[in-house]
Amino acid sequence: MSDIAERVKKIVIEHLGVDADKVTENASFIDDLGADSLDTVELVMAFEEEFGCEIPDDAAETILTVGDATRFLEKNAAQA
Amino acid sequence: MFDLSGRFALVTGATGGIGGAIARALHAQGATVALSGTRREALEALGAELGERAHALPADLKDPAAVDALPGAAEAAMGGLDILVHNAGVTRDNLFLRMKDEEWSEVIQVNLAAGFRLYRAALKGMMKRRYGRLIGITSVVGVTGNPGQGNYAASKAGLIGMSKSLAAEVASRNITVNCVAPGFIESPMTDSLNEKQRDGALAHIPAGRFGAGSDVAGATVYLASAEAAYVTGQTLHVNGGMAMI
Repeated sequence: MSDIAERVKKIVIEHLGVDADKVTENASFIDDLGADSLDTVELVMAFEEEFGCEIPDDAAETILTVGDATRFLEKNAAQA
Repeated sequence: MFDLSGRFALVTGATGGIGGAIARALHAQGATVALSGTRREALEALGAELGERAHALPADLKDPAAVDALPGAAEAAMGGLDILVHNAGVTRDNLFLRMKDEEWSEVIQVNLAAGFRLYRAALKGMMKRRYGRLIGITSVVGVTGNPGQGNYAASKAGLIGMSKSLAAEVASRNITVNCVAPGFIESPMTDSLNEKQRDGALAHIPAGRFGAGSDVAGATVYLASAEAAYVTGQTLHVNGGMAMI
């Protein structure tokens, strides 16, 4: 697992208070991890803070799973 | 009770009669205050009067970019932002049939749309800190209506509906969103009434007097306090009994 994937996973576990083994690549924040829509906004804010990047609203709307977040951030970090 | 020491508050329209009273009251309870308004000299005079823990932040709420930037500027100036009081408001009264598009849009822009932008910009930090008090100063006419004030009443009613919706969204984050609805408050406007108009207005106020800015400020301090943590989505009417709603 990449460094970014590890950090994403850690944030998700902390923020949503879920077991680590549930936070798989394909886990949906809302359907599998019990997040509500405000939680997803807060997760995006937490990602922005952790990775020092801006996640625009239209991109944020496409981040539905743990893997979505990791892929977006890996791409963004590469551009930075 | 109602101690605001260590809290940071932004007040828009702070040079007005009500806004000034609110800023003084929050400050007197121990809060650090950021004073916003369009008249720089008046803001700086109020800041000087309050002394420490006061910052003047002039802004034109008709300029959306300035509105978006204001909560961040307040946070930077004070070191935090826990309480936001959107008190700024304008009137452009006219009979409905004669109301110009500009009269409608200017009132909606300052009273309502600026509130939306201020709240949106302030929310991120409040959500992270898991604490916030958003307070909109609306008006009794937002609930009762008033001839000649279709635009103003719409803007103030809009603030109430907006606040209720947002209150439901962020209650779980320990952020409350409420309104204070003043009735007739002593101001240059009430001073300009002639005796007959004054008596006519007072006839509808069981308390038998116009309110003072400090009456509105007291309600605002309560909603800004930790003690009001379980009060959200509400409108607190401060009107001497003229409308019991």
